[in-house]
Amino acid sequence: MVVCCCLGRTATWVSYQLKIHAQKYMRSPLIPEMATQEVQLNETLAHLKSESESLKSKLEEERAKLHDVELHQVAEKVEGLGQFVMKTRRTLKGHGNKVLCMDWCKDKRRIVSSSQDGKVIVWDAFTTNKEHAVTMPCTWVMACAYAPSGCAVACGGLDNKCSVYPLSLDKNENLAAKKKSVAMHTNYLSACSFTNSDMQILTSSGDGTCALWDVESGQLLQSFHGHAADVLCLDLAPSETGNTFVSGGCDKKANVWDMRSGQCIQSFETHESDINSVRYYPSGDAFASGSDDATCRLYDLRADREVAIYSKESIIFGVSSVDFSLSGRLLFGGYNDYTINVWDVLKGTRVSILFGHENRVSTLRVSPDGTAFSTGSWDHTLRIWA
Amino acid sequence: MYPLLSSGPATETLRMEKVIVAMQDPDMGMKMRNQRLLITVIPHAMTGKDIIDWLMQNYNINEEESLHLGGFLVQYGYIYPLKEPRCLVLRPDESPYRFQTPYFWTSTRWPVSELDYAIFLAKKNIRKQGELMEYEKERYSVLHKRINHTWDFVVMQAREQLRASKQRRKADRIVTECQEQAYWLINRPPVCPLSPFIETCRRALGRNRVKSSICLEGSYSEQYQNHDPIMQGCLPSNPWISDDTAHWTMNAALVPIPTRLRVERWSFSFMELLSDAMGRQEFMMYLEKEFSAENLCFWQACEEIRHGESSKIVEKVEEIYKNFLAPGAARWVNIDSKTMDKTLEGIKHPHRFVMDDAQMHIYFLMKKDSYPRYLKSDLYKSMLSKAIVPQETKKSVFPFVRRQRHSSPSPAQAAEDSRSKGPQAGSD
Repeated sequence: MVVCCCLGRTATWVSYQLKIHAQKYMRSPLIPEMATQEVQLNETLAHLKSESESLKSKLEEERAKLHDVELHQVAEKVEGLGQFVMKTRRTLKGHGNKVLCMDWCKDKRRIVSSSQDGKVIVWDAFTTNKEHAVTMPCTWVMACAYAPSGCAVACGGLDNKCSVYPLSLDKNENLAAKKKSVAMHTNYLSACSFTNSDMQILTSSGDGTCALWDVESGQLLQSFHGHAADVLCLDLAPSETGNTFVSGGCDKKANVWDMRSGQCIQSFETHESDINSVRYYPSGDAFASGSDDATCRLYDLRADREVAIYSKESIIFGVSSVDFSLSGRLLFGGYNDYTINVWDVLKGTRVSILFGHENRVSTLRVSPDGTAFSTGSWDHTLRIWA
Repeated sequence: MYPLLSSGPATETLRMEKVIVAMQDPDMGMKMRNQRLLITVIPHAMTGKDIIDWLMQNYNINEEESLHLGGFLVQYGYIYPLKEPRCLVLRPDESPYRFQTPYFWTSTRWPVSELDYAIFLAKKNIRKQGELMEYEKERYSVLHKRINHTWDFVVMQAREQLRASKQRRKADRIVTECQEQAYWLINRPPVCPLSPFIETCRRALGRNRVKSSICLEGSYSEQYQNHDPIMQGCLPSNPWISDDTAHWTMNAALVPIPTRLRVERWSFSFMELLSDAMGRQEFMMYLEKEFSAENLCFWQACEEIRHGESSKIVEKVEEIYKNFLAPGAARWVNIDSKTMDKTLEGIKHPHRFVMDDAQMHIYFLMKKDSYPRYLKSDLYKSMLSKAIVPQETKKSVFPFVRRQRHSSPSPAQAAEDSRSKGPQAGSD
C-alpha cells in the first residue's frame, strides 16, 4: 500500500491507488490510514496545482505579447461575401436509427456512414444507391472512415475497437467475414482516420487516449496521452512533412501531437465545454473546433493562440461537427438544434443558416473536391448540400 | 456530448436559461399582459407572436430562425402554452404563453448526484469551517457558480441533514461521516493528470511564436477562392446541382489534357504539384530532362516506407539503399554528408522513420531548386496554355426534366479489375 508522493508521478496514479484501497475499507467504521493518504494526496495535488496554474498564466502572458492584431481587423480589406444559396441536393435514406458519423471516399462521390443500430453503409451519394452494408456486433458505431484507396472502410464504437472491412464486390459475400480487428481501447471509440495510406489508422477513444495502429498486424505503433477525459475527435494535418494531428476532448482541450514521438507539442484550452469536432484549415497553419459551448473557434498554430470565435447569442445549442470549404474561407458547423450555420472565417460573421434536418446534425464533412458537403443526422438520414 | 455518457446538465439548457432570464428582464424583456383564455383572464402572459418578435429584434435574426429558437424554449419547458397545454409548439399568432417557474427548470432537476455532492460539501463546510480540501474547495465554487439559483435549497438541505444527524449516536455519526467521505472520494470527478500538462506547458513556453499580424496576413483563402466550388461555382457545372458528371470526368486523375484551374494550382505550392498525379508525372518528365529524376523517385520510395505495411519496411529500406544510397548506386542521390552518415547508421536498425531526414533534405532541395525552375520552364508554360477552360453549361430549358444520374465504377471494382488483368495494368 505504498503511496508515491514524488512529484514526477501523476496525481491520477495516486488517486487510483487510493480508490482501490478505499473500496476495501468502505465497510469499516474508522479509516485512519485513509486519512493519512488523503492528506498526502492533497499535498501533492496542491503543489502540482499551483505549479500548473503559474505556468499556465506565464504561457498566456507570452502568447499575448505577440498578439498585435485581431483577425477581423486584418480581414477588413477583404471583400465581403454575398448571399449564399445552398440546398439539399440528395437525401440518403436507409439507416434505421441515428446517423452518427460519415466520411467521403477520395473518388468525390462515395461515402460511408454509421449509425446507432450498428449498421455501416457505403453509398454512391451521387445516385443515392447503397453499394455495401455491414452490421456491426455492437450498437452506437460512433466512428467510421473510408480508406484512401477506396477499397476498405474502418469503423467502431461501443465495442472499444476499430475494425477494417475490405469492400468486396461479390454480392453474396458477407463483408463481416473478412473483418480485421485493428485497434483496441479500454473505452468507446470516438473517431478514426486512415493516415496517407490504407496501412495505418489513427484512433481516439473515451479512455482519454489517441493511438496509431498498423492495420496489417494490429500492432500499436504509438499512443498519445495527455487528455484528462474522453477524446472525442481528431484530424490529421495537411502538411508537407505530414507528422502531426490535432485532437479535442471532454476536458475542453485541443491538443496538437507529434505522431513520431507521441508528444503533445501544443495545447489550447479556451472552450467552455466538450470539444466535439476539430478540423485543420486547408493550409495546415490553423485549425477550427466546435464545442458544446455553442461556439466554433479558430486557433493559429504559428501564433500559438485562439484567433477567432464564431458565435451568436441566438445560437444556444452545441456544435457537433465542423469543416472548411476548399479555400478555407467558409466554415460549416452542424449543430444540435438541427441546423447548419455557415461562417465567414475571416470576418467572423455568420453568412447563412440552413434548415432541413429533423433532428440534431451529428456529423458534417466537405467533399474532397469541395463541390458539396454532407451531413448526417439523428433523423436517420444523410443530406448532400451544394 | 452523448446523453448516455454525459455528466452534467446539458450545456444548452444553461444558455437557454440565459435567454429566458433576458426575456424577463424588467427593462429590456418582454412586455407581458393579461391574456384571455376563453372566459378566464390569465395575468403575466404573452402571445406567440410577441415571443417571435422579441427574439427577432434582440438577436437580429429572421422570422424562420426565431420560430426555430422559440420552438425549443417551449419544447424544453421554459415557456408553456395556455391553450392546448400538451402540445408543446410555438405558434406565431395570438396563442397565449407563460414562463415556467425556475423551480421546474431542467438544470435544477439534474443531475441528482451533483446536487447531492453540493449538499455534502455544504454540510462539511458548515460543520467544520474552512476544512474543505483543496479539490473540494474548487468543486464547491464551481458548483456554486453552476447551480447558483438552487443554492438556497442546497444550504437548506445541508442544515436539515446536519440537524438530523446530531440526534444520532456519536459512533454512528462518525461511521456515516467516514462512509460519506469515502463515497465522494471515489465518486467525485477525476483529477486531471497534471504532470504531463506541466511538461507540455514548460515546452510551450520555450516555443517560437509568430506575431499575429504576420500569421493572419496569409492570403490562402484569396488564392484558392476561384478554386472553391461552393464559393465560385465550378465549370462546366457542379455535378450535385446539374446531375452532369462532366466536371469529374475532366478532372480525373490522369487525363490527356487537364483543366486550366488544375494546372494553375500546381504553381501554388510544391505540395500541390506533388499531390496531383498528373502534376507529379509532368514534374518527373521535367526532372528527367534535367537528369535529376532520381530525387523524385527517392522521395516516392521514402513515402512508401512511411505509409506502407510494417512488415515490408526492412526490404524497402534495403531497396532504397541499393538504388539510391550505396556508393556507385544506379540512381545515387546527393545528400549532405552529415545526413548521409546519420541515415546509413540508422539503416542498420531499420524502422519506419529511418529515411525521414534524407527524405526531407531531398524534398526541400527539389522545392527550392527544381520546382521554381519547372514553373518557369517551357514544359509547364505549354501545359498551361493548352489546358482546357470548360464552357459553363447553360441551365436546361426545361428545369424540371432531371438528367439521368449515371453510376460510376467503384474504386474497389477498379482495384479488382487491375488485379485480374495482371501486372501490365497501369495504376496511378
